[in-house]
Amino acid sequence: MIGWGVLKGMGVTLRQFVGTYPAGRRLLKALRLPEGDGIFTISYPETKQQHAERFRYFPFLVYDATPDNLRCVACKICEQECPPQCIYITMAKDEQNRPLKTNGRTFPAQFDIDVAICMSCRICVDVCPFEAIEMDNRHEISTHGRGPELMFDKSALLRSADYFQQIKPTEAATVNARLAAKAAKAQPPKPAAPTPPAASASDTGGASGTTTPPPPHA
Amino acid sequence: MTDTLKTDLMEINLGPQHPSTHGVFQMAVQLDGETIVSLKPVLGYLHRNHEQICEDVSYIGCFPYTDRLDYFCAMTNNLGLAVAIEQLGGIEVPERAQYLRVILAELTRLVNHTSVTGFLLNDMGAFGTPLLYAFREREKILDLFEMASGSRMMCNYIRPGGVREDVPEGFLDRVRGITAAYPRFLDEMETLLTENEIIRQRTQGVGVLPRELAVSASVTGPMLRASGVDYDLRKVDGYAAYPRMRFKVPLGLAGDVYDRYYVRVLEMRESLKILEQALKEIPASGPALSAKGQQIGRSPRTFRPPKGDAYGRIESPKGELGFYLVSDGSPQPYRYHVRAPSFINLTVLEDMCRGQKVADAIIILGSVDIVMGEVDR
Repeated sequence: MIGWGVLKGMGVTLRQFVGTYPAGRRLLKALRLPEGDGIFTISYPETKQQHAERFRYFPFLVYDATPDNLRCVACKICEQECPPQCIYITMAKDEQNRPLKTNGRTFPAQFDIDVAICMSCRICVDVCPFEAIEMDNRHEISTHGRGPELMFDKSALLRSADYFQQIKPTEAATVNARLAAKAAKAQPPKPAAPTPPAASASDTGGASGTTTPPPPHA
Repeated sequence: MTDTLKTDLMEINLGPQHPSTHGVFQMAVQLDGETIVSLKPVLGYLHRNHEQICEDVSYIGCFPYTDRLDYFCAMTNNLGLAVAIEQLGGIEVPERAQYLRVILAELTRLVNHTSVTGFLLNDMGAFGTPLLYAFREREKILDLFEMASGSRMMCNYIRPGGVREDVPEGFLDRVRGITAAYPRFLDEMETLLTENEIIRQRTQGVGVLPRELAVSASVTGPMLRASGVDYDLRKVDGYAAYPRMRFKVPLGLAGDVYDRYYVRVLEMRESLKILEQALKEIPASGPALSAKGQQIGRSPRTFRPPKGDAYGRIESPKGELGFYLVSDGSPQPYRYHVRAPSFINLTVLEDMCRGQKVADAIIILGSVDIVMGEVDR
């Protein structure tokens, strides 16, 4: 019969429509029709979608305990491997052009990520031998400008190891295990590895780190 | 036209800024009344220098760029490049990763075919409804991609030697849930569309692609199979774990727009069968990335494949996706070329549109299933 296919199709849309109301869902249930998903949208600013743990946005720099105890040693591997070349690193040096050190490690004087160019590919995290850079899941960071506001400098990128632990517990566990293994390998006679105590002792220092202010808005 | 009344041909530009052209694509059409006399595709508005960029980064650095080729099917794009690099460098893939690749590739096929059906109906004038039903289902699969890779669309997940990291706990159970629930959605979509008289009137006998032309123009994918040619790289090449999967290759009879729609629906049903088998047979444990793959991932510049070339190809949802790589022994590809199915399927557009009405050109283009990110690169 001509038109029967169209009518059946309209039946589908009608069922979807009825299924968006609680009373309609009860009706569908009573009629033994599939209820469908009902309303599956969320009204965004009031309710927010729960992201997967692996959800990645822009990278951040990890520090242990205090913000001057960066894991980054300014080796520039991520700068070299970054496909769109959005990372800019300068190692901290003194007047004689010798690298400065804190806690026996070199550190970056400048560490900028141009997030207007960054494509959140996670390659910097994969290549970093010091587990110093990780992917953040903060994504509500829109600004009014697209110049300096989108150039995240070192202070805007710093996050504590506790923050990393908080947003990505599974990944942080594997990273901590890798760091502990590395530390044990580097100093076999000393039982106290430098990193795990720092992670556990950073409860007070890290608490302020989790509330690191977001990059300034224009 | 009658002999008594002579009129000029009318030239119309469809696109480049038009929602029905699926991106910035222009069709310069010559019309005789409403009938198409000639159609000239104008490409290049979305050219991003993909191949040259990838010749300047390491082999691993190419992967995030392949996500942006066909942004509906990031997983299969990753897989295509991974297959090419594995051939070039002789990298083995562990068993579990082979199955994970099959699962992710078939989920991508579901995403692509579901959304292209929605867009095709959008082109026909059914604004919104079928497209939103399609996007509702697509969203569930994209959530799974986010769970595994961290990103819904720009996955950057499949790597030479396996996948970047093993899927998180509970991932396969959620895939099982999707696989079990999907047939009901397909039934619903078919009730809505397959027997709909208006859709049949609009699509049957429209945009016929003859078998011989399809073969000689190197058309691949659902478009080729809708013209009745049995050619599916999952069967022909048998990459990943596909040789162990039992599935049919659906073929069309007429090669018109309706067949292209229906072949995609049948392919989705076969994809669900493949998913069921893969979920049943996947090894519960084992590495998801080979040792060499891990080493390449952690230090991409140490991967210097021997001099030579390799062509890796897979059956992407749109057709044969091939990556041709030439290595000169350095950490970067010397030559990197993409054989993009959207681009090559688009070459027969004029032949399909000639003699049809101008309104049909839109749905013929919609049935080709192009993504401009892949056409222009």
